[in-house]
Amino acid sequence: MNNNNTIQLTYREALKQSIRQALQKDERVFLMGEDVGRYGGAFAVSKGLLQEFGPERIMDTPLSESGFVGAGIGAAIAGMRPVVEVMTVNFGLLAMDQIVNNAATLYHMSGGQVNVPLVLRMSSGIGRQLAAQHSHSWEPLFAHIPGLKIVSVGTHEDARQVLLAALEESDPVIIFEYTSMLNLESEISTNPETVDLVHAKIRKEGKDISIITYGAAVYKSLEAALDLAAKGIDAEVVDIRMLRPLDETTIFTSVSKTHHALLVEDAWRSISISSEISALIMEKSFYELDSPVQRLGGVEVPIPYPKHLEDACVPQKEDIVKKVIKMLHHD
Amino acid sequence: MIEFTMPSLGADMEAGTLSEWLVKAGDKVKRGDIIAVVDTQKGLIDIEVFDEGVIQKLVTKEGEKVPVGSVLALILSDKEQGNVKEEKPEISPIIEAKATEKVAVVPPARIKASPLAKKIASDQGIDLTNIKGTGEEGVITKEDVEKAIAAKEKPQEVKRAASSETIRMAIAAAMSKSNKEIPHYYLQTKIDMRNSLNWLSEANKQRSLKNRLLPVALLLKATAKALTIVPDLNAYWENGLQRKADINIGFVISLRGGGLMIPAIHDGAKKSVDEIMATLSDIIPRARVMKLRSSELSDSTITVTNLGEGSVETVFGVIYPPQVAIVGFGNISEQPWAENGMLDVRPVLSVTLAADHRATDGHIGSRFLTELNNILQNPEAI
Amino acid sequence: MTEQEIRQLIFQLLKKIAPDTEPEKLQPDDDIRHTLEIDSFDYLQFIVAIDEQLELDIPEEDYGKIDTVKNMTNYIISKKTKKV
Repeated sequence: MNNNNTIQLTYREALKQSIRQALQKDERVFLMGEDVGRYGGAFAVSKGLLQEFGPERIMDTPLSESGFVGAGIGAAIAGMRPVVEVMTVNFGLLAMDQIVNNAATLYHMSGGQVNVPLVLRMSSGIGRQLAAQHSHSWEPLFAHIPGLKIVSVGTHEDARQVLLAALEESDPVIIFEYTSMLNLESEISTNPETVDLVHAKIRKEGKDISIITYGAAVYKSLEAALDLAAKGIDAEVVDIRMLRPLDETTIFTSVSKTHHALLVEDAWRSISISSEISALIMEKSFYELDSPVQRLGGVEVPIPYPKHLEDACVPQKEDIVKKVIKMLHHD
Repeated sequence: MIEFTMPSLGADMEAGTLSEWLVKAGDKVKRGDIIAVVDTQKGLIDIEVFDEGVIQKLVTKEGEKVPVGSVLALILSDKEQGNVKEEKPEISPIIEAKATEKVAVVPPARIKASPLAKKIASDQGIDLTNIKGTGEEGVITKEDVEKAIAAKEKPQEVKRAASSETIRMAIAAAMSKSNKEIPHYYLQTKIDMRNSLNWLSEANKQRSLKNRLLPVALLLKATAKALTIVPDLNAYWENGLQRKADINIGFVISLRGGGLMIPAIHDGAKKSVDEIMATLSDIIPRARVMKLRSSELSDSTITVTNLGEGSVETVFGVIYPPQVAIVGFGNISEQPWAENGMLDVRPVLSVTLAADHRATDGHIGSRFLTELNNILQNPEAI
Repeated sequence: MTEQEIRQLIFQLLKKIAPDTEPEKLQPDDDIRHTLEIDSFDYLQFIVAIDEQLELDIPEEDYGKIDTVKNMTNYIISKKTKKV
């Protein structure tokens, strides 16, 4: 369904277009990771790019996260603009040492002499029955680390644009993409607005409650907001987008408007992004609150394989609707 | 437990709307404190408390209209707090003392309100004590506070529209009742005011402009003094004659927009002329803007109407029930005056008394007017 | 102080004492108290206010000299110039 201004595409396609554009735009940019070349990417995000850009720029790596993330860091220090794909965040933990002890800290340890303009792309969250090996949401773990910028790609627009913004940064950026959303189709502008790695994004304006969310929960929150609108509740959906550093201003502005805040994320509930934002709201927007801040997060178990249990492990649209109604007492 | 009730602010008042609480549960109050504002046909009236103690509970909510006599609040008197102490088992003096403290303070129940609700309430001067929370587990929310603010603003609007029309209705009710129930008798006399006016003129020469006395102050003082001699007119007719110990003269003040207010000048007999003048200076401007205290509206034991400002010579009043008399002063005008076989021109005041024939007879009324005349002939003795 | 200013002051003070009247509509020879229906109490307040504004203590026996706007203006002028 194309028309002059919009284009219908999948989340996967939007990601691919951004990589392609980045490769075209800057010769220093190259993609590296497990199966990104010949196989076309574990999730087929980079399919065809090897043929278009050649093996110098689309580089398959051994199954060694620590090794190729380290190589990416080295290339970044040497002046390249590497885009390193880590198949899923679950394997990203193998590269944690490189990420924390080199990428995030080198600028500090070199007394400001060495920047690491590395972009790491990781797939996160529940996919489709990929079980506990491949389904976890570890954004909070990475967002904990100073020296990193953490972006969560919750919409097609961002899938199309975030990488380009990340490549403008002179310090390491981790981009979280969502396995469950790859096949999701959406209509976006053929000329989408550029994003910056500073601001959260109000996905839907509202006045009754702020649903503050990110990642795979953004669309679920938007759908919940639609249901709530039918019940007379005008919910605002705030896509945090930047998990580090947080855009506190946008969050506080929204809470000051609605006076109610519900935080929604797929990651395990305790010690999460929501925990942090909840604490920030208490610290800085306490007197704007008309009800306690509430959180909906993942159930604290390894993500199970069966579909119904998998669904039960993360907040769904219905959970969000129910929670909001309870908070606002509109039952 | 003392019950603080909706006072009757006049014979015609059947109900009042509690407009605002100026205290909350746990507050200490003493006799004379203004603790509430009540909206009546006569505008917003400050209500005083006549007991000492701690507000235990506010029973009536702001905005609620209740009949006269309804309990507005419960007050734990100091004495009762003592009783509570005695009932406590005596374990040891120290523990007992601690327990007493706890009981005496009567801590207000913890109010659960959202931070935002609290902030708005504090900004707008809203007392959360009387707001019913509709949030989870009865928490007071922003919406609840906003409703309370709206409710608070509404009666005030009503009040403004109310004034002249409802005052008219209040007067109509009281006067109809009076005319229907009270068999009036009327007496009139003329008083030579030369001595009094000379005395006033001399007195005023020694007073600064601000402290100057008006003739009406002297007349009120003389009335109060005469009532100490003829106390039967300072009374209520309620199942028989009920004499009143204090002489609280209700002084009729005409409102420019029509209607009138009758605030009481408390203890007129014990006040000097200067003190009565000072009371008038305090009361009249407040009456004009309808900002009187409950005791000033409800405590009158007799009424004085002074129509002497215009050219009216004589005024025959209608008694304000349950009082039994009303004294009327006309203007002071120069008239021919025969005395000791001589004709002279004197400033003359026409004084009337309308009295309840159930309560007194003409003889009592006559004595009153005679005493009033005697007093005004010897103002220096006042 | 000019005659005009004194008149303005009189109007202003009367308005303050009796807000629902229209003192500026008074004719120079109108009796102030009767026309505006001001009672002795309010008139005393008015004279106190005059004193506060002009430091002019009007003795009781002079009340008859200040019954109209014209008389009052003349009275004030004569008293104030005598002082200077």
